[in-house]
Amino acid sequence: MIEIKGLTKKFGDFLVLDSLDLKIETGETKVIIGRSGCGKSVLLKHIVRLLDPDAGIVLVDGQDISKLDSKKMNQLHMKIGMVFQGGALFDSLSVWENVGFVLREYSTLKEKEIRERVKEALSLVNLYDVEDKMPSELSGGMKKRVSLARALCVRPQIILYDEPTTGIDPITADAINALIDELHDKLKVTSIVVTHDMRSAYKVADNIAMLYQGKIIAEGTPDEIRYTHDPVVHQFITGAAHGPITNQDQGKE
Amino acid sequence: MIKYLSRMGRQTLTLFTYLGGLSTLGLETIFCIFIPPIKKERIFEQAKQIGLDSLFIVSLVAFFTGMILALQTAYLMKKLSSEIYIASIIALSLTRELGPVLTALIVAGRSGAAITAEIGTMTVTEQVDALKTLATNPVKYLVVPRFIALTLMLPILTIYADLIGIYGGYIIGVNRLSISPSMYLATTFDTLVNKDIITGLIKAVFFGMIISLVACYEGLNVEGGAEGVGKSTTKSVVTTFIFIIVADCFFTALFYFFF
Ligand SMILES: Nc1ncnc2c1ncn2[C@@H]1O[C@H](COP(=O)(O)OP(=O)(O)OP(=O)(O)O)[C@@H](O)[C@H]1O
Ligand SMILES: [Mg+2]
Repeated sequence: MIEIKGLTKKFGDFLVLDSLDLKIETGETKVIIGRSGCGKSVLLKHIVRLLDPDAGIVLVDGQDISKLDSKKMNQLHMKIGMVFQGGALFDSLSVWENVGFVLREYSTLKEKEIRERVKEALSLVNLYDVEDKMPSELSGGMKKRVSLARALCVRPQIILYDEPTTGIDPITADAINALIDELHDKLKVTSIVVTHDMRSAYKVADNIAMLYQGKIIAEGTPDEIRYTHDPVVHQFITGAAHGPITNQDQGKE
Repeated sequence: MIKYLSRMGRQTLTLFTYLGGLSTLGLETIFCIFIPPIKKERIFEQAKQIGLDSLFIVSLVAFFTGMILALQTAYLMKKLSSEIYIASIIALSLTRELGPVLTALIVAGRSGAAITAEIGTMTVTEQVDALKTLATNPVKYLVVPRFIALTLMLPILTIYADLIGIYGGYIIGVNRLSISPSMYLATTFDTLVNKDIITGLIKAVFFGMIISLVACYEGLNVEGGAEGVGKSTTKSVVTTFIFIIVADCFFTALFYFFF
């Protein structure tokens, strides 16, 4: 279980997260929606301690992650897979070296066995015969899928997806949605999916939360969100240009 | 006046913050060196790159410096009619001073800049963050190999630069100043004592540490996108130059008074 309590983050004077509370049950797929720039990526980064909060705590399985020493933190990182918004592939390493990174660094497996595991992880995201390519030779969508494969390769219990379907064609996007579902059903993986793709959100979510002005303003099952009466959420999910959310809201303190 | 003072205060503060950050990185790096496993291939790879990057320019600069030194000292020594000292002056200035410093400046410009650009790009494209989420300490993975490689390569390149520089001086000394070859070589190696070579190499070792730490520090602390990488790369080279010169002065004084 992941619990976020009173999380506050400022960049200079700019308040991004404002005493945010959120709870993700073990085995649940939580989708976080919100406008571009509202702090979704910042929120995810706090869960893996890439950013330190100004106030508030993040508990993973009851442990306050800011209190973990580096060894414990590494153990936790081994349990969490993170798919970055831009892929964040190591561009000096080939695709298979990227996907098998952790295995190559920390396991005693032979290269051949690692390549097998890599192949398996890549096939989960519908990629074939790209092992020996360099990241610069891949398209944006392929990079994102390689990044997902890299996260899967360590067989994590928790996966954080930062916009896994953005910039990917609808068919592959659907395959990724199916994959998220499958990980959820078969392996009981806890997932947090950040997205603005409402189709994907409805498809994979057990629970959807909307982030707005630094707080979670609405939370519920896909159906509850779909038929919400909250004007802000309604405007967001229907994509209307007029409503309570205006462009001035962006970057508001 | 108050404005001026407050600005100076702020700048001193920035300097100390910078030095603080740098020494933290240095300590962490040294700490990480002692945690196995150390991947030798990665160090070797870096060392090879550093060598290849700088070998040609170091040769060129050292060779010409040797020749220039020969001509400049010849000018003075002729006046004092003590041409026999030319070879020893060249040998001493190269091993004690110019060899390590010129090599360090060249390596800083070549490899230091490249390291900042590479690590900086990794920082802004979240590759450094990705390392952390893959349970890998970026200092251990990125900084340690570069630190060790530079600390080893600088003395090696320095010895090489010394030899090439002496050869440059030899060419001028023998061909233009009509010193006999055997005489030139004899005076070169008679004057040089272990101390001269060792002090030069100690400097080189520290310059290697300075270059790698500043380059990595700048790379890891890039802010903004591609523009930030460019800025940090320039800053890394300039900062390294300053640190090298200051450290050189410090070591020269130290060796002069205490050895
Ligand atoms: N390292 C940083 N320094 C300063 N400001 C930052 C930093 N990271 C994020 N921000 C600011 O925090 C806000 C939230 O950023 P974040 O990346 O979380 O947005 P997001 O919700 O993920 O948007 P998108 O959907 O476009 O990815 C943005 O306004 C951004 O400018
Ligand atoms: Mg984002």
